[in-house]
Amino acid sequence: MAHVTNYNLNQKFDFTSAFKKSILTVMVIGAVLLAIGVVLAIFGGGHDSAEEGAGHAFHWYQRLYANLWINNVYFTGIAIIGVFFFALQYAAQAGWSTGFLRVPLSFGYWLPYAGVLMIVTFFIANHDLFHWTHSYLFDKNDAQYDKIIDGKGSFFYWPMDKGTFPVFYIVRMFLFFGFWIFFFNKLKNLSYAEDLNGGNDYWYNIRKWSAFFIIFFAVSSSVSAWDWVMSIDTHWFSTMFGWYVFSSWFVSGLAAITLITIFLKEKGYLPMVNENHIHDLGKFIFGFSIFWAYIWFSQFLLIYYANIPEESVYFIERLSSDVYGPFIFVNLGLNFVLPFLVLMTRDSKRHGIFLKLICSLILFGHWMDFFLMVQPGTLGHNGGIGFIEIGMLLVYVSGAAYVVFGGLAKANLVPKNHPMLEESYHHHI
Amino acid sequence: MERDKNFVLGVYDDEDVLLDAVTRVRESGVKIHEVYSPFPVHGLDDVLGYKRSRLPIAAFFFGLLGTTLALVMQFYMMKIDWPMIIGGKDYAAIPDFVPVTFELTVLLAAFGMVGVFMISSNLKPWGQARIFDLRITDDKHVMAIDIANNAGFGEEAIGDVLKATGATEVNKKSFE
Repeated sequence: MAHVTNYNLNQKFDFTSAFKKSILTVMVIGAVLLAIGVVLAIFGGGHDSAEEGAGHAFHWYQRLYANLWINNVYFTGIAIIGVFFFALQYAAQAGWSTGFLRVPLSFGYWLPYAGVLMIVTFFIANHDLFHWTHSYLFDKNDAQYDKIIDGKGSFFYWPMDKGTFPVFYIVRMFLFFGFWIFFFNKLKNLSYAEDLNGGNDYWYNIRKWSAFFIIFFAVSSSVSAWDWVMSIDTHWFSTMFGWYVFSSWFVSGLAAITLITIFLKEKGYLPMVNENHIHDLGKFIFGFSIFWAYIWFSQFLLIYYANIPEESVYFIERLSSDVYGPFIFVNLGLNFVLPFLVLMTRDSKRHGIFLKLICSLILFGHWMDFFLMVQPGTLGHNGGIGFIEIGMLLVYVSGAAYVVFGGLAKANLVPKNHPMLEESYHHHI
Repeated sequence: MERDKNFVLGVYDDEDVLLDAVTRVRESGVKIHEVYSPFPVHGLDDVLGYKRSRLPIAAFFFGLLGTTLALVMQFYMMKIDWPMIIGGKDYAAIPDFVPVTFELTVLLAAFGMVGVFMISSNLKPWGQARIFDLRITDDKHVMAIDIANNAGFGEEAIGDVLKATGATEVNKKSFE
């Protein structure tokens, strides 16, 4: 076998002004679509007189908040999955992925922005997104007192009185983002220092911190899914929800890693990443699309089969809705049927063109998954996919892409002193 | 001379030498019957020019059989033979059928694949294993060449080709 190892290991990603410009163009297009959507929403009605009578008037900005929340949760997930994938390679002592390891790592650069956006959005939009933030729910003398939410109140408000300020909830949000950013910086700094100094100590050190991060992430990914997504439907709960959100995050993160790796290869970077590495990434996407569908269906089947009203309300709200019903099937088609059928053959996983198509569709499909988690509980029949949704998604995609590519350009594209780099060159399947 | 009976064996110590040897033997025009090695050698299939296995096709059809069986079984039981109302659903509620259908598909695909593999690679219970050299289970790679299949070359000439590509020994093996 040929042992070609004279790759240029000092290559850096050049974040050219032309590329910056095209990302910013997408952002401007998104912003324009968003503005059109907002104007249409303000002047195009959407005020339901019947609901206004009940004291729950619908305002156009609620749809804006819901969209902010969908994208906050979705892009936070992709960012943290990048760090998780990086940590996973060290914890599993995997060598095959070393060539493109800086790609998932750079996703973490979005985390500080994601954290600020998430916390600011929560304080602006709390009553409009989260039913449990209304204090009358916890007042026994109020006509709208809710016994079930009162029972869950401590999870948000401890140690303060229920209905005041959600200390526990806010602390968790700060804690998760704080630790995620801390672990990202720790792993990133160790990996960058390895470039300068070399030696196996860095690898052992990163493995240790990766293990700590994975333990923390195991708990925090689940709890953040309850906090940020499941608490929207406050009455309802599912014990599978943490896994459901994680699987959605993981498969979108893998799709993003694959897309950026193929993109970099087409630009002439990462010559050591060949079709064998792409094949393994494709297998990951294939496998975790099925995993997501498995979780989705397991959650659905138990609720469908048991037919307990307080559980089945979640699916009735979605499946029997004119607004969301069709999207459920589009969601399953994009995220399960299509990747399952297209990525089944070996060739489709080894050729960039199929993966680029499927990864893009998966990234849109899982955005839709979060759309289906957030909007029915916040907007009801006033939701849907329109200018606001598409515009906001484009703004977030370009913003996150700008930050991630900027982060990618900060250091070497290849961890050149990684002890398993040689193993990665000869990965063969 | 009868085919599949008399073989010239080239014994190799090192898998890199073996990979190179396979290419060179094939270039010289000698047809290789099979290469045996104690562990998987990466790239061996490629240099031997093997086509991809057709086992996935067998797996697909056994899986399809499993799906069909599972659906027919459940429809017959739940709708025709002994209808029961469960959870207020229709007798034949499709989502309920998914787990059993999935499991039977996987089960039949796996069993079918193992069975086809066993039979096609002569690991069937009534099959008789042909050991070319006991050391292929330990530390030697053996390239077997069917003499009758290489009529253009004599036994000697094949041996010379093997020697030239780095074989440490050249032996002869005949089966009844």
